[in-house]
Amino acid sequence: MSTMKTDHKTQLSEAVNSIKPSGIRRFFDLASKMDNIISLGVGEPDYSTPWNVREASIHSLERGLTSYTANAGMIELREAIAQYLERRFDVSYNPEDEIVVTVGASEGIDLALRAIVNPGDEILIVEPCFVSYAPLVSLVGGVPVSVPTSLDTNFEVTSKMIEERITDKTKAVMLSFPSNPTGSIMGEEALASIARVVCEHDLVVLSDEIYAELTYDTEHVSVPSIKGMRDRTILISGFSKAFAMTGWRVGYVTAPSTYAKAMLKIHQYSMMCASTMAQYAALEALTNGRDEMEEMITSYRQRRNYVVKSFREIGLTCHNPGGAFYVFPSIIKTGFTSEQFAEKLLVEERVAVVPGDVFGQGGEGHIRCSYAASMNQLEEAVERIDRFINKRVK
Amino acid sequence: MMTEKERELLLLIEKEGRMSESKLAKMLDTSLENVSEMLANMKKRKIILGYSAIIDWSKVDVTENVTAMIDVKVTPKRGVGFDEVAERIYRFKEVKALYLMSGTYDLSVVIEGRSMSDTAKFVSEKLSTLDSVISTTTHFQLKKYKHDGVVFEAEEDGDHRMVVSP
Repeated sequence: MSTMKTDHKTQLSEAVNSIKPSGIRRFFDLASKMDNIISLGVGEPDYSTPWNVREASIHSLERGLTSYTANAGMIELREAIAQYLERRFDVSYNPEDEIVVTVGASEGIDLALRAIVNPGDEILIVEPCFVSYAPLVSLVGGVPVSVPTSLDTNFEVTSKMIEERITDKTKAVMLSFPSNPTGSIMGEEALASIARVVCEHDLVVLSDEIYAELTYDTEHVSVPSIKGMRDRTILISGFSKAFAMTGWRVGYVTAPSTYAKAMLKIHQYSMMCASTMAQYAALEALTNGRDEMEEMITSYRQRRNYVVKSFREIGLTCHNPGGAFYVFPSIIKTGFTSEQFAEKLLVEERVAVVPGDVFGQGGEGHIRCSYAASMNQLEEAVERIDRFINKRVK
Repeated sequence: MMTEKERELLLLIEKEGRMSESKLAKMLDTSLENVSEMLANMKKRKIILGYSAIIDWSKVDVTENVTAMIDVKVTPKRGVGFDEVAERIYRFKEVKALYLMSGTYDLSVVIEGRSMSDTAKFVSEKLSTLDSVISTTTHFQLKKYKHDGVVFEAEEDGDHRMVVSP
């Protein structure tokens, strides 16, 4: 027997070795060792899943409904998703072959990328954005190309910014509005102009609309509802944010059937199907979850109003985000980098926020503050941040 | 006429009556003056009738009050219906709440007394003796689980979320 020691690292795939762990991880480690933290660093609702949804899942267990479902998810759930998307966002998909129920929207992003990316394909990613897009592109051998946005455009992307980065290797554009971390949204006109560029260059759009329900001043505009886009869009969404169901891990992708069938092929080999009890919960959420969701949305809007006004009062520059549950103020005038700011704020005032640079280009100089926290916590956090900035600036 | 902002304001203070006006103004994206004005106005219109605390008296170290819910059947009177007898009943200070009900009885009376015998006395001496009252059925509350949307003695739900997440 050989006694040679295995170098584990060299046995890993190049793709895995090429990606870095998320920058959020470091903050999590730092913050989780401290007491009395007020956290504005959490990327999920501060509500538990509504009781009727939890109860429906319990009931499914009581009835012994614990076997696999169809690979694409229960047909009743797919039908409910189709009706919901039609009613809410004016997009229509055939539940038979255009919808796949996934293990959270995260699986949906992975499926969409695996279905369309060939090695070397360039995927344009509008940044700052959710931390997993670029790594997932790299894992399938694609090349993530950042399309940075900034406060100048309220973190909205323009067709010009996209067009400037298109090469003959560009395969797709990754959009995610309302945005995590900026809270920005995109209106119909801006999307239509992007649609023209996308069509002209024959690109695919992956649209992660997990925050679609959480818009506060205007109705969400779904990318596939824009003229010409349904045919070339993979829509990724789920139940986590609007229905407060993050831990259930249930989401869905919808797309023209060729794309959907390709994604289903991957999903059936890698996942088989989404968790059955979570699917029953999701069905209840779509059937009877509207009222409670709307109460949550009203409360998020009130908290957004409170945080934006309070931040501006203490001298932080921030745009008024139209959706999600994040504000993304600028901290440039403190002279710190995002990371320094977030770390010092955590150590000195015990407020956890996420430094903007972990969300990609355009994020440096900002911090992501989640207002999915109680009003008392938000009030206290604003006071602490004010004290922290005062020591530095005034 | 009620504006959307007024409605939203009411829903907020119904849940948390002690919220400061400046906080309310920020949450409702309006001015402090406007909030004060809306509150004063709705008080004047008797939409806002008062503010109170929700108290779990079972935790207070004094003799606990007894709450009874009494189903009352009455004969309505021509012209005034149930209103006249209702008024006679709600004027008693022991009566904490009074509702006109659909179904097998007419009035639901909520009584708070110092003891069961106090309550029994009130029912037999004051309530049953009213001319229009045909019958009463008294139910004593044994335990308060939830009142006005607030759960009593619930285990702290707490925040189970990870302190930082993407």
